[in-house]
Amino acid sequence: MSDLNRLTIAGARDALTRGEVTSAELTDACLSAIEGASALNAFVHKTPDMAREMAAAADRRIRAGEAAPMTGIPVGIKDVFCVRGVPSQAASRILEGFTPEYESTVTRNLWDAGAVMLGKLNMDEFAMGSTNEASCYGRAVNPWKGAAGEELTPGGSSGGSAAAVAADLCLAATGTDTGGSIRQPAAFTGTVGLRPTYGRVSRWGVIAYASSLDQAGPMTKTVRDAAIMLGAMASCDPQDSTSADHPVPDYESLLSGDIRGKKIGIPREYRIDGLPDEIAALWQIGTDMLREAGAEIVDISLPHTKYALPAYYVIAPAEASSNLARYDGVRYGRRARLGQGDGIVEMYEKTRAEGFGPEVQRRIMIGTYVLSAGFYDAYYNRARKVRALIKRDFDRAHADGIDAILAPTTPSSAFPLGAMDQADPVQMYLQDVFTVTLNLAGLPGISVPVGQDRSGLPLGLQLIGRPFEEGELLNLAFVLERAAGFVAKPDHWW
Amino acid sequence: MSITEDEARKVAHLARIAVDDAQLPALARELSGILHFMEQLNEVDIEGVEPMTGVQPMRLKRREDVVTAGGMPDKILSNAPDAREGFFAVPKVVE
Repeated sequence: MSDLNRLTIAGARDALTRGEVTSAELTDACLSAIEGASALNAFVHKTPDMAREMAAAADRRIRAGEAAPMTGIPVGIKDVFCVRGVPSQAASRILEGFTPEYESTVTRNLWDAGAVMLGKLNMDEFAMGSTNEASCYGRAVNPWKGAAGEELTPGGSSGGSAAAVAADLCLAATGTDTGGSIRQPAAFTGTVGLRPTYGRVSRWGVIAYASSLDQAGPMTKTVRDAAIMLGAMASCDPQDSTSADHPVPDYESLLSGDIRGKKIGIPREYRIDGLPDEIAALWQIGTDMLREAGAEIVDISLPHTKYALPAYYVIAPAEASSNLARYDGVRYGRRARLGQGDGIVEMYEKTRAEGFGPEVQRRIMIGTYVLSAGFYDAYYNRARKVRALIKRDFDRAHADGIDAILAPTTPSSAFPLGAMDQADPVQMYLQDVFTVTLNLAGLPGISVPVGQDRSGLPLGLQLIGRPFEEGELLNLAFVLERAAGFVAKPDHWW
Repeated sequence: MSITEDEARKVAHLARIAVDDAQLPALARELSGILHFMEQLNEVDIEGVEPMTGVQPMRLKRREDVVTAGGMPDKILSNAPDAREGFFAVPKVVE
């Protein structure tokens, strides 16, 4: 078999089961692909020795007839997950040199299932960004190029994960999604990205950005792979007090391909001013595909949609300012060189000024401001009340029998690296306009590649599901994927 | 609502991030722009709405109030920039 790194999880699993390929061979194929892809800057800490050892163990396990669905599957891990003994710094200088003494629950679950660790993936610092340009490792690059050959952003914050999956450097990768950081990069790279319901996947050992919004999920080549990998990542975890006590179903077995009678909501508020024709057309195409598959299409209203973005940009920085207070140059990571007579306050201030990049500093300061005495009610409490109203919009749609909502994932296809350099921060935040609403409501969402724009770049649609109904959501996504038949791959230029 | 240079200096200090005086005007402008964007929230009628803390209607889990981990000072200190004699070391705190 050639090009083993191009396999899907399901394809590799079947080949492993039949004894046509070994995990060692799959892993070597990925390691060579990674070596040849430094231009993408997707893998930022490589772990080839660990990968080969884990692959050998997986092959023994497969021969013993004890394989789980992810056994022997080589994956990449976003740098935000703590992996014991491997640098884990959320793409921040402030965590330079940090090698955790413990393992995140998600990666523990993956290794227990027999998955193989290829290395850590690039991202925006502390998962704050939509372009993967705010990284201490430098920007990650989209394997898809613009019409004139310009280099494009893979999206963010899980940009390295998306680039690595799209370029076949790994079979799948982990991501995290606080305001769209799994779904937007998936849409920009023609891959599948699933953000589960809040509480479905443990946050333990995942470096925190905004605790009430953060959720980890799979980034894969197909919907079936997302189902397999979510099953391996999800668990009920006593180490995370917000982890839900729902049993983890066999998601793959729920991909029946039958969605007859399902009610799909089309929210009119997502038809924003200036929505490009291509995106509007794609949305219509996706709607028609689901209708032809037997779903009932219903126009719905989510009246507070417009306020999701400003509410998010109060709540997420507020939580970040609190979470990131722990980076003080005392317990881990970097401490600034101090001058004669500098005391502890100078140590904190210099360490944090040197260690955090501009966007992280900006969000910490905004968060500090909206939580400060005199402004708490005007900003933070008001945003939390608006958040309750946004969730109520979704609750009402669900009470009316809506099974899922279909919307564009992003307002555009991938744009050139550097395009946001001169933009003001609010312009970049607008990237998240379609994705943040479900984070505020805690709902699951999945981005599926459905078409290409005039320049041949991938475009995605997202389905938003009901809480803890990832099985049904994946089945709808599976039907959309099958109808769309998206098979385009980027030219191998790197 | 716009932020003055003095307020920007104060926020930076509260956040424990050193900012040069020369950078304060730009910082104040940026923060003001973001706050201006947030002010759209003032259009929403929030009368009688409870502020949301968590998305799941669940009570936080409880457990026995007992020690569940510990006894690993070496591991805890292994990533510290400065650790001495089993402690984190910091610059002088009290004059």
